[in-house]
Amino acid sequence: MLVDAIHAGDGAVVVCSAVDGDAALVERVRGGDEAAFAELVRRYQPRLLRLAEATVGNRAVAEEACQDTWLAVVRGVDRFEGRSSFKTWLFRVLLNRARTNATREQRAGHATRGDVDVEEFDANGAWAVPPVPWSDQVDDRLVAEHLAQRVHDLLPALPDQQRQVVVLRDVEGLDAADVAHLLGITDGNQRVLLHRGRARLRELLAAEMGRVR
Amino acid sequence: MMRLGRRRRRALVCRDAVALMTAYLDGELAGRDRDRLDAHLAGCPHCAEYLAQLRVTIDALGRADVEDLGDDALREFVGLYRRWQAG
Repeated sequence: MLVDAIHAGDGAVVVCSAVDGDAALVERVRGGDEAAFAELVRRYQPRLLRLAEATVGNRAVAEEACQDTWLAVVRGVDRFEGRSSFKTWLFRVLLNRARTNATREQRAGHATRGDVDVEEFDANGAWAVPPVPWSDQVDDRLVAEHLAQRVHDLLPALPDQQRQVVVLRDVEGLDAADVAHLLGITDGNQRVLLHRGRARLRELLAAEMGRVR
Repeated sequence: MMRLGRRRRRALVCRDAVALMTAYLDGELAGRDRDRLDAHLAGCPHCAEYLAQLRVTIDALGRADVEDLGDDALREFVGLYRRWQAG
């Protein structure tokens, strides 16, 4: 097994190889294997933080929620039965804790911000302002790479609920039913939030393409 | 499956077409609504372009990467783990 070591002041931190599967790492964490825990943190903490920020809308609170989540993972690792993936289980722990920790004011403040359709239609339901064509320019690899970077930077522009759904669906690749279940929302609500989030990001990328051209 | 209900018999307008696109992209659109959206897209370059731009957006999101976790942050979590283990 390949092993990386990071030398800390209080001793080396050993990280397992990236080739180990999540299930094998979880099994080893059950046996008290620190290196396996470190590898899971290395693998998932950046994604966990991205989801936490989308959930609580505040970096400091998000970092705290992540710490709580990893502690809950260590404490509750025996309860992980492998019926969902480790990633889905980890996200569920985070979302439960983040919802508990977020203040009512934070949630109320972000739930409705910008939570409206961004497309505009006339009284007959036709486009009032049709989209300016740019999708064919993304065949260029450099343009595609630029957009992939920019869309990541633009995610914080979404209202929290839209951002959560977009991150879980389109960034993390979870399916619609899992996302609705994780967030405690209906399938229909999940679809509306996803639609609005994607539509808003499309609009922001359109502005970006206007600058690229 | 998502359906438009009573409006199914009428031709789609652009607003309806856009409202159906998320279900369409998820493969969640029932047969007849899917056919009507396909027919609308074939005749409406604006909606076809909009759908293409949504696909580009989704593709870009799928390739949006996160930064690697820094060594200091990893040490912090391992420290947390050791403190918990020490009880």
